[in-house]
Amino acid sequence: MDLGTFLQFLAAGLTVGSTYGLAALGFTIIFNTTGIINFAQGEFVMLGGLLAVVFMHWLAPGLPAAVVLAVLATTLVGLVMERLTIRPVQHTSVINLIIVTIGVSITIRGLMMLLWGKDTYVLPAFSGTTPIPLLGATIAPQSLWILGITLLVLAAMRYFFSRTIFGRAMLACSFEPKAARLMGISVERMVMASFMLSAFVGAVGGVILTPLTMTSYDVGVLLGLKGFAACILGGLGNPFGAAAGGLLLGVLEAFGAGLISSAYKDAIAFVVILAILLWRPSGLFGAPDTERV
Amino acid sequence: MKSSTLRQLAPVAAFYILVLATPTLLSHDYYYLSILNMAGIIAIIVMGLNLLLGFAGQISLGHAALFGISAYTSAVMTATYGLPLAVGMLSGVGLTAVVALVVGMPVLKLKGYYLAMATLGFGLIVYIFFNEAISLTGGPSGFVGIPQLQVGSFVFDSDLSYFFLVWTTVTVVLLISLNLINSRIGRALMALHASDKAAQSMGINVARYKLFIFVLSAVFAGIAGVLYAHYLSFVAPSSFGFHFSVQLITMVVLGGMASLWGGIAGTVFLTAMPEFLRAYENMEVIIYGLILILCMMYLPQGMAGGVSKLIALIRGRFGHAR
Repeated sequence: MDLGTFLQFLAAGLTVGSTYGLAALGFTIIFNTTGIINFAQGEFVMLGGLLAVVFMHWLAPGLPAAVVLAVLATTLVGLVMERLTIRPVQHTSVINLIIVTIGVSITIRGLMMLLWGKDTYVLPAFSGTTPIPLLGATIAPQSLWILGITLLVLAAMRYFFSRTIFGRAMLACSFEPKAARLMGISVERMVMASFMLSAFVGAVGGVILTPLTMTSYDVGVLLGLKGFAACILGGLGNPFGAAAGGLLLGVLEAFGAGLISSAYKDAIAFVVILAILLWRPSGLFGAPDTERV
Repeated sequence: MKSSTLRQLAPVAAFYILVLATPTLLSHDYYYLSILNMAGIIAIIVMGLNLLLGFAGQISLGHAALFGISAYTSAVMTATYGLPLAVGMLSGVGLTAVVALVVGMPVLKLKGYYLAMATLGFGLIVYIFFNEAISLTGGPSGFVGIPQLQVGSFVFDSDLSYFFLVWTTVTVVLLISLNLINSRIGRALMALHASDKAAQSMGINVARYKLFIFVLSAVFAGIAGVLYAHYLSFVAPSSFGFHFSVQLITMVVLGGMASLWGGIAGTVFLTAMPEFLRAYENMEVIIYGLILILCMMYLPQGMAGGVSKLIALIRGRFGHAR
């Protein structure tokens, strides 16, 4: 394989992997404050992209405004989801929580299908579509946007969790909610904030990917699954491991599709995940304390 | 025969009499019978999933794939290779059991989210295979020309004949399941649901019981798959995807986790529902979602729990019902 082809695969992988990474980051934010895996995370990604299209179509506010509106609206959906469906069932078993979040995900998907139909939509690229040549490969400008914004979001999250009082309060809830409450932190508010934050991050991922890969009401399922797969690859509970897992998964998929078979592209990711689950359930970057029988 | 077995026999017998009377009650309307046939086939999978999810507390988001493996195997064996029906059906159920054994051994060591993810990943891989292995499965457009079932010279060629076949199978599977949960195995399963560590310390071989119930539920899915393929004489990958796995979970939850009777009721209700919602196209997806959420919030024991609560209420006993 020559350098150009290699770079081409790498760029494609990192681009898609960024979205997996952002979805994975969303999973981790909620998991860390609540211990819940939100199976509706993929729907946040879908909402980000699809709502941006919808706002452009119906309100015609121009691309930047539509993007901002879509991300804000999705954040609001995160808030509503937490208030209506998570808070009332707090103290229940893992299986019940899985079922609730699956319920939310199919309800959101069903609503979007009902409202906008099954068509596939696309957003215009943020800064044109003239490909950028790079050492024999060509890279779409949108890929650079995706990578840049992903890195920006990651850096912001890092700052938020380590430097701001709010972020540190959220982390405190994840370590020991009782102690956090004794310190005067409102755990309820932190849980709500974690759903909003993860919806925000997921929506950003959806919005930046849509100009490249298009969107429809049902893209959330696979994006969510890949995001969760990325979490497991990187180590559940470790935000930056999750993001790295996303990038790695994207790259593996791109090379798998290019070198082995594009038809089985999605299967490749899951074969990798099954292997990781069985070999090292704590992921590549997680501590190896596992919950195995 | 133990008295507990006898106590279950009466409701099952009553149920089967109702089954036998149903075609007459519906005046042999093929439309309703075809819906009930689908419901019965799905109810067989739901009973297996109920044993796994409701009783043993192990989630599977890959049961649609097990159902599909059996359906495709029997279809390929009989239609492509022209082997006898019995061979096709047995290899369908057999292969499903073997796949469940091979997948279950490593996967069932995982818990909660990890198990959900692993079974889901398995389901997706199988689904992608059904779509992509075109020379074997016909790909996305499906597999046609699956022969009708036949016993001796009797051909199952009508909705009515399939109705008796399907619902007799449902009754047999129900009887087996009821017996199982009232046995030593059933108690072991419920123990490991409550706490697998405690169960282990009581001398229950947790790994072996989990595997047993997973394979058994796969065998039920396999039986359903064979019936499905030969009843419709057509299979396509879209019937065996993630969405169907979620629908199966919905049926277990709506009926009531850990209630086999509830599972059958939930299945019939949810299978028939889209037919009554014809006027509101696409509403059913939302309804599935809302049922999942609302059940978990207000009716965690499903319809079965709701009914027994109601009975308790009527009897004037306000203690918690099961």
